[in-house]
Amino acid sequence: MGGLTVPGVPMRFPVPMETGHGEEGGWHTPSLEDFEFVGGFGGPDWVNKPFIQAVLAAVIVIVLWLLASRRLKVVPGKLQFLNEYFYNFIRNGVALEVLGQHDFRRYVPYLVGLFSFIWVNNLMGLFPLLMFPTFSNIGYAWGLVFLTYVIYNVAGVARHGMKYFKNSLLPAGVPWPLWFVIIPIEFLSNFVIRPLTLGLRLFGNLLAGHLVVLVFVTGGAYLLFQADGAVNKVAGGASLIFSFAIFALELLVSSLQAYIFTVLTAQYVASSLAEDH
Amino acid sequence: MPLLEINLGPLLPHYASEIVMGILLMIVIFVVMQRLVVPRFEQMYDERRAAIEGGMEKAEAAQREAEAALEQYRAQLADARSEAARIREDAKNQGAQILAEMREEAQAESERIRAQAHAAIEAERGQVVAQLRAEVGGLATTLAGRIVGESLDDDERARRTVERFIADLESSPAESERV
Repeated sequence: MGGLTVPGVPMRFPVPMETGHGEEGGWHTPSLEDFEFVGGFGGPDWVNKPFIQAVLAAVIVIVLWLLASRRLKVVPGKLQFLNEYFYNFIRNGVALEVLGQHDFRRYVPYLVGLFSFIWVNNLMGLFPLLMFPTFSNIGYAWGLVFLTYVIYNVAGVARHGMKYFKNSLLPAGVPWPLWFVIIPIEFLSNFVIRPLTLGLRLFGNLLAGHLVVLVFVTGGAYLLFQADGAVNKVAGGASLIFSFAIFALELLVSSLQAYIFTVLTAQYVASSLAEDH
Repeated sequence: MPLLEINLGPLLPHYASEIVMGILLMIVIFVVMQRLVVPRFEQMYDERRAAIEGGMEKAEAAQREAEAALEQYRAQLADARSEAARIREDAKNQGAQILAEMREEAQAESERIRAQAHAAIEAERGQVVAQLRAEVGGLATTLAGRIVGESLDDDERARRTVERFIADLESSPAESERV
C-alpha cells in the first residue's frame, strides 16, 4: 500500500517549487491542478489516486458492513450496539423518518450504502497517507447523482405510472393560466436543478474544503521553513496551528455532506412516491 | 456550439472512468447491502421484536395467572368468612339451646325439689296435726274433766265435740282469709 502515497504527497509538499519564476524556493499556490492525477500505478492514466481511493473505500465499506452484520444477536454486545447505532442512524433517522413505515424498507440498502460510501471517501480527505477527498473529483459525485436520479424517477414511475410526470410538473390546485409558468419551473426544479445541486454541493464542499486545507498547511509550512523573517515564521506557525481548526471543520463538513446527500436522496424518493406535491 | 467553448473547469470529470467507477462501486455496495447486510439486520430486528412481544405476552399471562390466583384466594377467603360466621351462628344457637335446656332442666329440678319439700312438709304437717289433734283433744278433755270433776276420757261424745271445735278453728281463718 506504500504506493498510495507516491502520487499524492510529493505533488503537494515539495515546497521549493514553481511560482518563484524558475528560481529555487518559490511557492506553488494550491490550485485546481492539485486535484488532477494522472496514472501513477503503472496502468492507464485513469487508474489514478482517486480511482484507487474509490475502490479502497468501496472495499472498506463492504468489508466493515459484512463484519458488522456477522452473528447479530437479539441482545447486542458493545460492538454490535455501535454497529446498530450506525445502521439505525440511516435506517431510522433517514429512511424511516423521510419515507415512512410503508416504503422505507426498500430503500434502506441504498441509503445505508450511499451514506457509508460517501462518508468513507470524504474522511479520506482527512486521513494521513491518503489526504484527498475522492468526491472533489466531480466524476464520482456525478456517478452517485446519476444513480439517485434514476432511483427517484423510477420509484415515481413505478408507483404512479405516467401520472408521476404530471405530479412532478404540476402541483395540485394551480389555475390553468399559470401552467405555462409553473410547468417549466417545476421541470427545471425536479429534473434539472435537483441532480445538478446534489452533485455540485457534494463536490464543491469537498473541493473548497481541501483547497483551504492545502493553503493553510503548505502555505504555513512554506512560511515557517522556507521564508525569511520573524513575521513570516510567526505567520507560518499560526497558520499551521490554525490548520487544526480547519481540519476539525472539514471533519464536520465531510460528515455533513455525506448525510445531506443521503437525506436529499430519501427526500427526492419520498416526493416521487407522494400522491401529489 | 457555444456550450462547448465554455471552460467548465473542475465541473467536468477528468476521466469518464470517474463516473463509471462511481456508478459501478455504488452498485456493488448496494448489492452487498441488499443481499447480505440489510437482511441480516432486519432479521435480527424481527427476532428482537418477536422476543420482546413474546416476553410481553409471557408477562401478561403471568399477570392473568396472578389475578386468577388472587380471585381464587378472595373467593376462598369469603367462603372461610361465611363458614366462620355460620359456625359462630350455630354455636350461638346451640349455646342458646343448651341454655334453654339447662334452664328447663333446672326449673324441672327445682319444681321437683319444691314438690318433694312440699310433700314432705305436707306429710309432716299432717302427722303433726294428727298428733296435736290427739294430744289437744286429750289435754282439753283432761282439763275439762278436772274442771268439771269427773272423767270424760271415755266419753265418745266429748271426743266428737273436741274434734268439731278444732275443725271450726281450722276453717274459720280460711273463711276470714277468703273475705
